[in-house]
Amino acid sequence: MTKIAPYLRLSGLESLVVRPEANFLNVGERTNVTGSKKFARLIRENNYEEALSVARQQVENGAQILDVNMDDALLDGVKAMTTFLNYLQSEPDIARIPIMIDSSKFEIIEAGLKCVQGKCIVNSISMKEGEEKFIREARICKLFGAAVVVMAFDEKGQADTFQRRIDICSRAYDILVNQVGFLPQDIIFDPNIFAVATGLEEHNNYAVDFIEATRVIKTRMPLVKVSGGVSNLSFSFRGNDHVREAMHSVFLFYAIKAGMDMGIVNAGQLVVYDEIEPALRQLCEDVIFNRNNDNNEATEKLIAFAETVKAKGKEQVKDESWRREPVETRLTHALINGITDYIDQDTEEARQKYPRPLDVIEGPLMDGMNVVGDLFGAGKMFLPQVVKSARVMKKSVAWLTPYIEEEKKNNPNAQQGSASRILLATVKGDVHDIGKNIVGVVLGCNGYDIIDLGVMVPADKILDTAQKEKVDIIGLSGLITPSLDEMVNVAHEMKRRGMEQPLLIGGATTSRMHTAVKIAPQYGNGVVHVLDASRSVTVAGSLLSAEQKPKFLNDTSSEYEKLRDDFNRKRTIKQYLPFEQAQQNKVAIDWKQYHPVKPSFLGTQQVELNDLSVLVPYIDWSPFFIAWELGGKFPDLLQDAVIGKEATKLFNDAKDLLQKVVMEKWLTGKGVVGFWKAQTNGRDTIELETAEGKVTLETLRQQIKKAAGQPNFSLADFIAPATSGVEDHLGAFSVTIQGIEAPLQRFQDDQDDYNKIMLQALADRLVEAFAEYLHEQTRKTYWGYADSEQLSNEALIKEEYMGIRPAPGYPACPDHTEKYKLFALLGGEEKTGIHLTESLAMYPAASVCGWYFAHPQSQYFGVGKIKPDQVEDYAARKKMTIEDIRKWLRPILEEEA
Amino acid sequence: MKNIRKELEKRILIIDGAMGTMIQRYKLQEADYRGERFAAWPSDLKGNNDLLSLTRPDIVDAIHREYLEAGADIIETNTFNAQRISLADYNMEPLAREINVAAAQIARKAADDFTVANPAKPRFVAGAIGPLNKTLSISPDVNNPGSRGLTWDEAVEAYTEQVDGLVTGGVDLLLIETIFDTLNAKAAIFAIKQYFTTTSRPELPIMISGTITDASGRTLSGQTLEAFYISVMHAAPLSIGLNCALGAAEMRSHIAELSQIAACYTSAYPNAGLPNAMGEYDEQPEQTAHFLEDWAKEGWVNIVGGCCGTTPDHIRHIAEHVSTFTPRPLPETETELA
Repeated sequence: MTKIAPYLRLSGLESLVVRPEANFLNVGERTNVTGSKKFARLIRENNYEEALSVARQQVENGAQILDVNMDDALLDGVKAMTTFLNYLQSEPDIARIPIMIDSSKFEIIEAGLKCVQGKCIVNSISMKEGEEKFIREARICKLFGAAVVVMAFDEKGQADTFQRRIDICSRAYDILVNQVGFLPQDIIFDPNIFAVATGLEEHNNYAVDFIEATRVIKTRMPLVKVSGGVSNLSFSFRGNDHVREAMHSVFLFYAIKAGMDMGIVNAGQLVVYDEIEPALRQLCEDVIFNRNNDNNEATEKLIAFAETVKAKGKEQVKDESWRREPVETRLTHALINGITDYIDQDTEEARQKYPRPLDVIEGPLMDGMNVVGDLFGAGKMFLPQVVKSARVMKKSVAWLTPYIEEEKKNNPNAQQGSASRILLATVKGDVHDIGKNIVGVVLGCNGYDIIDLGVMVPADKILDTAQKEKVDIIGLSGLITPSLDEMVNVAHEMKRRGMEQPLLIGGATTSRMHTAVKIAPQYGNGVVHVLDASRSVTVAGSLLSAEQKPKFLNDTSSEYEKLRDDFNRKRTIKQYLPFEQAQQNKVAIDWKQYHPVKPSFLGTQQVELNDLSVLVPYIDWSPFFIAWELGGKFPDLLQDAVIGKEATKLFNDAKDLLQKVVMEKWLTGKGVVGFWKAQTNGRDTIELETAEGKVTLETLRQQIKKAAGQPNFSLADFIAPATSGVEDHLGAFSVTIQGIEAPLQRFQDDQDDYNKIMLQALADRLVEAFAEYLHEQTRKTYWGYADSEQLSNEALIKEEYMGIRPAPGYPACPDHTEKYKLFALLGGEEKTGIHLTESLAMYPAASVCGWYFAHPQSQYFGVGKIKPDQVEDYAARKKMTIEDIRKWLRPILEEEA
Repeated sequence: MKNIRKELEKRILIIDGAMGTMIQRYKLQEADYRGERFAAWPSDLKGNNDLLSLTRPDIVDAIHREYLEAGADIIETNTFNAQRISLADYNMEPLAREINVAAAQIARKAADDFTVANPAKPRFVAGAIGPLNKTLSISPDVNNPGSRGLTWDEAVEAYTEQVDGLVTGGVDLLLIETIFDTLNAKAAIFAIKQYFTTTSRPELPIMISGTITDASGRTLSGQTLEAFYISVMHAAPLSIGLNCALGAAEMRSHIAELSQIAACYTSAYPNAGLPNAMGEYDEQPEQTAHFLEDWAKEGWVNIVGGCCGTTPDHIRHIAEHVSTFTPRPLPETETELA
């Protein structure tokens, strides 16, 4: 049975479980107005942004808990505590650790508790003013779920002897556990660390008493923790940090052995016990243990020693000071922070310092990118930052490339790098590559040599290149459903050719399930589905490590085996209707009550947009952030605690580029819209009357058994049947964004993946906005069936408008081949400016097409899986062979994936 | 009232599915929401689902009964947004308490009718306490990280009023759910504990259900699952769990983790999959049930049901699929270090 151990558990954004084997916990102390002049000044000046940097420095220096104290007579402590903690919550790199709310005024503590979502520590409460107040404050702490630091303090004063420390802590424990209901593990005692070596003999035993009391407290009450403010100990050596740090280290070394669990220390200023010079260490031990100390002898010796050492202040690294660091450090700094300003000069300096240009890449640049990769893997950097890092890397490599070429010419035998090679390609018939580009950048950042074959790459070219270039891994990407089949084909070919490289599968329509069921069985040397760019690094790492690879492939294959079993078991559960029955359960529309509006014209009309500013208000930004792997709802995600800061930066960059694109007219929009008289045969066929004669459109119908009262949808249901006598219409449109190639090439030439991906993502958003805009024009003007409509952009995104615009290949009409008819109706490729690939993807990638349905009951739906009886009927209607139809409809065939 | 802990020892309990999804099926218009009483109300009321407990109690009652019929052991009151902070959207702050009392009474009556009909399967009413439409941890102003849309004291006051209404209306349990900001949940816990202390009413068990918003595995306010649990442990809840935002497929690993760290009972009521491109939930009842059956088989859960997009049909399938499995045993909470 699971057991829950009685550990102290704290949390910020992340958890901190204090297990017995845990090391000493450092509580960061510089965010304390009584202890840090700088912090106090910043708070008094209301400079909270800057005050956060003090906190950040504590975390970076290893503080695991952050002590915050605003006890200053000149400050409004409640307001300062509230404001600072609120600021702190918006900094995920700081807020990840738990907060210790430190005040001698309980109202300030309460104010702090009201701001922090995690489980805090209150520092402190005590019996100084009697039991009643102690109990009342403890109850409030419990209501907030905070752990408490209890000072060894009672009505008579602070405990300053061994016995008083133990008596007071035992009494407080009894009250908290038995009267208030505190868990023992949520109690932390502070048995008072006082200054030693003050010259007063009665102070000389303070450190010994603390250490011994700690030992007894931890034996009697094993679940509690012991803490203390360490810097008090060396108070009489103020100004001499060298001696103070040594005293702290020696004291902690022994107090921790006795059971002290945590302490308020300056995490950046602790020396390692072993590294204290022996003479000083011995003096510190004598003072702390009150040995050889008759007539303050040990104290005098330490004071004498202190005067011989100069106070050595340690230099603090400031943000601007990185330029003074060695060139390797500067390169790392530039990579992590995405700074290109000095990259050429720094790279040149490194090139002159290292024997060969390649050493710069394999040395400092790779080291820096490894740090970036680690931070990304740990969730401490986000994708947009990583792409900026890659931009710095590429610029640096570009500076070095001529020198490398030069060297190659002079010395053809020079060894030229040994990075593992990964080939990436978007498969034949597919033109979508934003995701693939991101994966390339991320893998590139992690030291892999990337061969990117681009889009619409046939299987032969992929595999020929892989064999010629001896790549270590092949990665395939695709967005549209026919690409799934092409991936199966590539895997099949790899087996036929007897290849050995592992195959990675990625892209929006791919899934673990499809990979397991359809692709993996085709190829035995490793097929792995990769969910997103961040996973690609660990997957590639595992596959290229000789030790990890067999286990990783083994685990993956048993996982996929299980998925296949699940899949086979699951698919028998669903119930389907015979096709004829599904047809009878169509959407019930009372055509007698329907008075359709006639479009303002019949046939087609072209729409040219030279000024794209009209589209900007129609942009739906959420998918833009998803493309960058920053999930969430726009605009809320801009304020997200974790990704908000990066998302806001990204959004600002996007808006800047969008502004340029629109103002300088980099891109133009082209579209066609058309309307025709339409009627159905009462079943699933729509007949259009065009100037060139009749055109029939075939639709697919849901066949899954629905709940009572729910129809089996087909798009044909939304058009009036011939028998109704109603004169109905159907529309169609296609839109595209043109002109992206030249600016993309410019970014590419400039090694600027960040803006390249940004521009592609913006073009995608613009074409969707164009479709939205055109649909609105259609509803209000071209067709005019909703001319008084008033909808906000948000409402448009939520599809609150009347009528729909489903696209062939998407859930309501999953057959891509109907796109041929749509394009023919709209006047072919010349008129639309869109080219259809053999998989019926549209080029340029930023293109959208669809049908217009106007009936108020028309709605989006997914056809779902269909049975062979419908496939047979559909093939007959489309005059195609069943085999051909099955190829196009494979993803929705019930008897297979 | 039967003791819910006894039932939890015996079997996996079923909590009901979506209220909003069911209300949508009625295709209610502005006039339905207003009823006679609010015919002249100055602001639009369409979409104020919590108000239906006053204006269309028949619908709320019918939905409860559909879920009870489907096998739900626990039904949630129709009070997800029924506190004065969210109701301010409709200028209905003064109605907060009344709505909670009415909603609790409707659910109470429905549950009691089913318990009387089959005393071997007692039904329980959970007072649903939603997350508020404002957040205590996140600034509404990008340029000023220090600002907040509401204060802790305002949140505690609103929650206290809601709790008073729910308890007065007769709920058995208090369910703090769809928690995307843990600080809001902490305000609710504070309000509940303080309410029972000051009124000296017998304390009702608290159920807590958080929301992991996306693949990052974190809450909207940025906490990891374990950090979230640690932050609310002091409520000493009857159960801890997850609901909303994710479908069962995405929730699986988080439930597995939670079942390992939770000292109390665990609950899980995911959405019916992720919304499709059209924003609809199309995971079929059998599919949802299949996922939850797997969790039951693994011994991870004590209370299961559905959130957005789930229907009585989903709940019926879930109830059938998990009925043969034994519930997750309560972990042993140690009081000494091993």
